[in-house]
Amino acid sequence: MPLRLALATLLAAVLAALAPALASGKVLRYASQDDVQTVDPHAANLLTSSRVTGNLYEALVWRDKDWKVIPWLAVRWSQPDAKTWRFHLRDGVKFHDGAPFSADDVVFSAGRALHPLSQMRISLQGVEKVTKIDRLTVDFALREPNPVLLSHLTQLRIMNKAWAVKHGATLPQDYKAREDTYAARHANGTGAFRLKEYQPDVRLVLVAHADWWGRAAGVNESNLTEVVMRPIKSNATRLAALLSGEVDFVVDPATQDVARLRADPGIRIAESAELRVQYLAFDLHRDELLHGSERRKNPFKDVRVRRAVAHAIDAEAIRAKVMRGFSKPIGALIAPGIDGYSPEGDIRLPFDRARAKALLAEAGYPDGFEVTLDAGNIQPAADIAQAVAAMLAQVGIRTRANIVPQPTYFPKIERYDTSFYLLSWGGGLTADAYYTLQTLLHTRTAQGEGDFNLGRWTDPRADALLARLRVEPDAGKRREITRDILQLAAAELPAVPIHQPLIPWAMRKNVSAQVTPVNTLYFYRTRID
Amino acid sequence: MIAFIIQRLLQGVIVMLVVGFIAFSLFNFVGDPVSLMLPPEATQADRESMRTALGLDRPFYVQFANFILNAVQGNFGLSLRLGRPVSALLVERLPATLELAFVAASIALLVGIPLGVYTGLNRNSWLSRVFLTVSLIGVSLPTFLIGIFLILIFAVWLGWLPSFGRGDTTMLGGWSTGFLTTTGLKALILPSITLGLFQLTLIMRLVRSEMLEVLRTDYIKFARARGLTNRAVNFGHALKNTLVPVITITGLQLGAIIAFAIITETVFQWPGMGLLFIQAVQFADIPVMAAYLCLIGLIFVVINLVVDLLYYFVDPRLRVDHSAAGGH
Repeated sequence: MPLRLALATLLAAVLAALAPALASGKVLRYASQDDVQTVDPHAANLLTSSRVTGNLYEALVWRDKDWKVIPWLAVRWSQPDAKTWRFHLRDGVKFHDGAPFSADDVVFSAGRALHPLSQMRISLQGVEKVTKIDRLTVDFALREPNPVLLSHLTQLRIMNKAWAVKHGATLPQDYKAREDTYAARHANGTGAFRLKEYQPDVRLVLVAHADWWGRAAGVNESNLTEVVMRPIKSNATRLAALLSGEVDFVVDPATQDVARLRADPGIRIAESAELRVQYLAFDLHRDELLHGSERRKNPFKDVRVRRAVAHAIDAEAIRAKVMRGFSKPIGALIAPGIDGYSPEGDIRLPFDRARAKALLAEAGYPDGFEVTLDAGNIQPAADIAQAVAAMLAQVGIRTRANIVPQPTYFPKIERYDTSFYLLSWGGGLTADAYYTLQTLLHTRTAQGEGDFNLGRWTDPRADALLARLRVEPDAGKRREITRDILQLAAAELPAVPIHQPLIPWAMRKNVSAQVTPVNTLYFYRTRID
Repeated sequence: MIAFIIQRLLQGVIVMLVVGFIAFSLFNFVGDPVSLMLPPEATQADRESMRTALGLDRPFYVQFANFILNAVQGNFGLSLRLGRPVSALLVERLPATLELAFVAASIALLVGIPLGVYTGLNRNSWLSRVFLTVSLIGVSLPTFLIGIFLILIFAVWLGWLPSFGRGDTTMLGGWSTGFLTTTGLKALILPSITLGLFQLTLIMRLVRSEMLEVLRTDYIKFARARGLTNRAVNFGHALKNTLVPVITITGLQLGAIIAFAIITETVFQWPGMGLLFIQAVQFADIPVMAAYLCLIGLIFVVINLVVDLLYYFVDPRLRVDHSAAGGH
């Protein structure tokens, strides 16, 4: 730690000396397929939005390059008791409009994020109330202990209270009101960049925040004075814009173009593993196959059939052919990088067609059966579903891939209108195992547990382990419990994990960008040389 | 004439109601916008509250009646994707699309008509054959492919023109124009050629075949016999008489240019209504899709009306009073 601090101080000194040189102006021209929908940090829990708001707004705690939680707007914290957290705030922090940052802004932002209109309530999991103690101290009171509160708080972005009150934006976007919220198109955070211009589908311009506290604190690595973010819908045009030098950075090049981009001497590709797992899941509730040949019983209720499916899938071939190398086969529902992932829980049944056929015969299906596999029509899901259907057909499970338009796909599986479906789950938001495993494996309850356990699998052992994990404060014990849950899931296979996707970023050679597991570029760590 | 206009207007209103109904009912089945507005990680309760907030839980006919009532007042609600009033979004995007369509139509007319006349008059010259062959490409290649080719050649290889966007725009009292800046004009070139190429070849072929037709008529032979100059015969007599079908087609094609700029706008990230629409489709943004279809319906109705009126001025036979015409 002291070494890092010393380096940081040195860096700050060097940067301060270089400050006049920075005035010359480095502009990063950034392109992505989709435009941001809102820059309100509490309205939408969407990647396109958080890619922007993550640069405009900051949280009490943030993550370092290794994705470990570090102090940010809070300099230190303590836990007077299991249900209370006390945060001491950084002094001298300035919002983009020059207003000083204080406890009032934290209390206000927490209240805004907890409002029913907010999609960011997850950032305050278990929090009941936030109170101001003095100008730079706040207390978070919890309903029940949340051992991973800090992970969640990385997503609680702090907005200036006075500004929001002045512009009537104290609540997140309200679709009922039929009018736009000021904060959806304007921003006032403490982040390293401030919003200068936002024209939907045309451009969004950020400029460096001159009074950003991070410059003095030595966390700034950027030499950018301005960032122009352009949405370019068409894959080919986005690629052309990069090749012709009209943009410097493309966050989402089409994977089929990456090989061509690698061959270009002026372009660099950075790859990172997303904290997301793509998996197949079964309807384990009904006693018959809703979409398939078996009317009298549901073959998937037999664990041997689920194991046969796992043995029949050649994840390596999917990686090479469908994903063009941009995936890592995995046997756990959480990816490496999520707190609680362990190799002992990552158990992948080997690709073995003979074994799959034997298991099917043992389970009473020597001639296999017919079933429909549902998937959304976005890539790569649609191609994966086709490949999986072909692989299962080879062991006798005659699978029809039913590719559904994405807008209708979620409603379909949410009303359990499926026997077998393909989905992916990203746990990068909190980077903690509990969030993902509870949602995918807990018995569905009215309280919102097992929200994406759409096959309605239920196992009291899993529920008991998850109940322990929810409140267990000790990191070592949490890892053990998580490993047990993963091993149980690997034995029972309510879902068959396929792979973790890798994300390519394409940029011009003079750009240095830090890859992150949430597929977001943070401009304070980005340079143009 | 007044009666004719009123009759046309009434027909227009009926057309608009039908368009509104189709737009609304079709899009009600496009999908569930809620599932796209919320992240997959959202809870069931979040989804339900969002659905209620948007009024998606009310019966179909209530939703439609509300839609028409609001639409008449120009209020199409709030875009689900951008969270802004749809009417404001359309007004914002309209200049981009209209400027693109205007330039594309101008190119089509200014190049198409002379080429049509030339190939009609010199049907056997080698240059005519070249024009006709090249025009075949314009007719048969899909728009997005032409756009990508142009981008590859002029943006990536030559680096002369931008591959996307509108360049810098200037605000002229609520109308954002790209005509007043160099970057704006440069940005117009590739998309307008892409959009106008099909219409250009269409007009060229139309003028050519009409010219061939007219040149065979008696009054042209008579005009030549009178010893009029070639110029007077070809342009004063022949071309003038080919214009009625050309006006009809150009009018309808102008509607088509505006309505089907979708593909060109997507390829060039041109921030017009078409781009707004295509993103609305992917997002199941019902208010935007419905408003767009209604607006396009309106544009077609208006263009048809204008074309009908233009006939009156171009074709003297239509100006003859009905009673007098029926008299002999």
